[in-house]
Amino acid sequence: MGAKKKKIVKTIKVDVDKCNGCRACEVVCSAFHAAPKYSSNNPARSRIRVIHDPLKDIYVPVYAGEHAKAECMGRDKYTIDGKEYEECAFCRAACPSRDIFREPDSGLPLKCDMCESDPPQSEPLCVQWCITDALTYEEREEEVEEEEAAGGKDLEMGLESLIDKFGLEKLTEAVARMTIARKS
Amino acid sequence: MRYAETGFNLEIDLTRGNIERVETDPRDTELYLGGLGTNAKILWERVPPEVEPFSPENLLIFSAGLLCGTPATGCNRTIVSTISPQTRLLAFSMMGGFWAPELKYAGYDKVILRGKSPNLVYIWIHNDKVEIRDAAHLRGKGAIETADLIRRELKEPKAQVAAIGLAGENRVFFASVEQGRSSASRGGIGAVMGDKGVKAIVVRGTKDIHLARPAQFIELCNEVLAYIKFREQNPIPGVMPILAGLGSPQEMKVHDEKWHTENFMWGNSRVRRKDFWNDDIAKKWTETLESSRKRLISCYNCPMKCGATLSLPGFPTYMMKCFSKLTYTMAAMSDLEFGLKIAQRATEYGVDAYSAPQVMAFALELYEAGILTDQEMAGLPTDNEERFFWLLDRIVRREGIGDLLADGTYWAARKIGKGAEAFAHNNIKKHEQLPLKLSMLNPIYFLMYSTGEKINITQIEGQFPQAPFAKIEEREAFVKDWFQVPEEKFKHYFLEWEPRGEKSMPFFPTVQMCCEIVDWMEKMHYIDDALGMCAGLSSFPLKPPYHIHNYPKFISAGAGFDMDEEKLTQAVKRYRTLVRAFNIRRGMRRKDDKPPENHWKKRFPELEKELLDTYYRFKGWNREGIPTRESLQELGLDYVAADFDRRGIPVDGEVEPSEEAPAEAMQQ
Repeated sequence: MGAKKKKIVKTIKVDVDKCNGCRACEVVCSAFHAAPKYSSNNPARSRIRVIHDPLKDIYVPVYAGEHAKAECMGRDKYTIDGKEYEECAFCRAACPSRDIFREPDSGLPLKCDMCESDPPQSEPLCVQWCITDALTYEEREEEVEEEEAAGGKDLEMGLESLIDKFGLEKLTEAVARMTIARKS
Repeated sequence: MRYAETGFNLEIDLTRGNIERVETDPRDTELYLGGLGTNAKILWERVPPEVEPFSPENLLIFSAGLLCGTPATGCNRTIVSTISPQTRLLAFSMMGGFWAPELKYAGYDKVILRGKSPNLVYIWIHNDKVEIRDAAHLRGKGAIETADLIRRELKEPKAQVAAIGLAGENRVFFASVEQGRSSASRGGIGAVMGDKGVKAIVVRGTKDIHLARPAQFIELCNEVLAYIKFREQNPIPGVMPILAGLGSPQEMKVHDEKWHTENFMWGNSRVRRKDFWNDDIAKKWTETLESSRKRLISCYNCPMKCGATLSLPGFPTYMMKCFSKLTYTMAAMSDLEFGLKIAQRATEYGVDAYSAPQVMAFALELYEAGILTDQEMAGLPTDNEERFFWLLDRIVRREGIGDLLADGTYWAARKIGKGAEAFAHNNIKKHEQLPLKLSMLNPIYFLMYSTGEKINITQIEGQFPQAPFAKIEEREAFVKDWFQVPEEKFKHYFLEWEPRGEKSMPFFPTVQMCCEIVDWMEKMHYIDDALGMCAGLSSFPLKPPYHIHNYPKFISAGAGFDMDEEKLTQAVKRYRTLVRAFNIRRGMRRKDDKPPENHWKKRFPELEKELLDTYYRFKGWNREGIPTRESLQELGLDYVAADFDRRGIPVDGEVEPSEEAPAEAMQQ
């Protein structure tokens, strides 16, 4: 086992009951990430989106997570307190199944970066602008295992399964081919 | 590159089905800002006074404000302008919500409708793609229902929809345009939309809005947000709770309705119930609101929660804000549960929540007086509340007596005759007002009621306290952090203002002071209407985050042209005068500038004359209320003076007020 190390965990806490649906988070997010900063804004570029359906009293601010290249095999649909949320309402991925968290012109995926900038912001901008406190920011320190050096157990497990599927020979050939291709 | 605005209007000729994207002149933005200002310019140029409200030549303009779509907090209003079928003057109702910013993101500042569509249609604006689509299947559908159906049909859940209900389709003179939680209700613009055959305008936009000086602009926004937080934590002491904070009056939040129910009039603005409010009623009404209210909600980019989602048993969910909460309740002399129920249906039908209840109470009063008989009212239920539902259903369909009532109290009374005119007693310029009947003339309110061309008191009042504070210490405390005043003198006016004695109403504030106070209050509303700012963060509440000192900075950092207080004041005066000129050209004169006869019991004719004379002079208008040649030229409105000359409208010197009624010469 490796040594312990400290890691900062950043969380935007979402209290859907406090959301008034104003979408100020979307406004300021898109403005902050414009180049130059604040020079334009466009909620369609925002990395946080409020999934909302006022007549059903649905308000879910969701901030963009990792890009997913493919759709999930099945979709999720939640009903909470009698309110039926739209498909994938809580999912943070930019994915082929929907158009949120994508640049409107290029279609490139967007991802929340917690407004990391130089000089640093006290809190992500969406949190700063949410004065109804539906969004709050929390930072905590966690002790985690030092990551094992590259090529640890996970890598070996992955390779084993590839060998099982294609055979060792094909795998080494493929690695060799890819190595040459990258060098050229 | 255009900043804050897109620089393009969408011109749609409904008769021919032609759609054009037209670049606008940036010089007009500097002179008239945007929103109401540029709407007024377009209407002046393109809608001559001969044009009837329901003529293809009448324009219906949906405009975003200059700063809508920028990060400016609370800047989300759509300003809808046309000729009102009811007042036959310029209507410029506004709505918050989400529509105007979406239009900007789609790449347009305004949608200008002209002509008439032969069939019922809706307009679908999706960035560069604009379509006129068939709406036959939406005929008769509720306004909120329509929005839902269209979003599903287009598979565009994020599209913003401004729609009319049955009232608009049937050209009810007080039909509204509904947009979720917001509506442009006053002046009957929904009727004009229905007349043009447009059921809805649907918008979805995914383009950028640019700022000229981004860092400065965002700093200003942050200051506004910080001040909103401060004001939320520090309500103003000594005024009613609904006037102590920011936003529209927080009717969806408060339960204590003692002030409204005991000071505003019930029925057809007739009955004052001074001991109405008690613990039982408070308990019952609290339960009603608590059990039906799902959430307090806001408009686009605004931290306030002026609206609410309401679900009443047996009625579909809908959204409401402000004083619609009580207008139906009080007109029907009923309770809150009834008021919120009928308001649901009224919202789907799309009617103005000030006019509609009053029209219905007016009809029942005429019935009780024997002026409307069982013949006209055949089928009228016996139950009081059912009667209101019955009347509402008839009005929006223009069935039977509903056809007369659909024209509002003024026109209905004239058609009904037999003394009905005396029952249409609460109008200004033919338009139903808030139900208030008071005792002593208030000179500030006299001027606002008389000359406010939005014809609605809430659209001109706001910056100066409604009443003097009793103690000097309280006044001193109030003025201490009152930095929103344009000049220090306003603080002194307030400090000197006493509830009783020599320096009390109606003779204090003095005539000159009243003019200055009213002009300031009106100016702030007109700025909001050009920028698209919600009055709830600016012109309506005391000590708002937006004011004459930071507005010029917002405009120059946002739109990129030089602006200071003087230049802004001049711009506002320019398009305010243009609004006046437009109405003057349509026949409005001094005789139309008056409150309802019975608004105050104690009147002071000489003082009132002096107030109006002085205010007209102050505004640069002659004794008939017509802008003078000199003031028009000073504002660069020479083209208005030239037009007045051609039409023989006297722009020079002192003109004796006429006793006739030119505005009514053109009635239908």
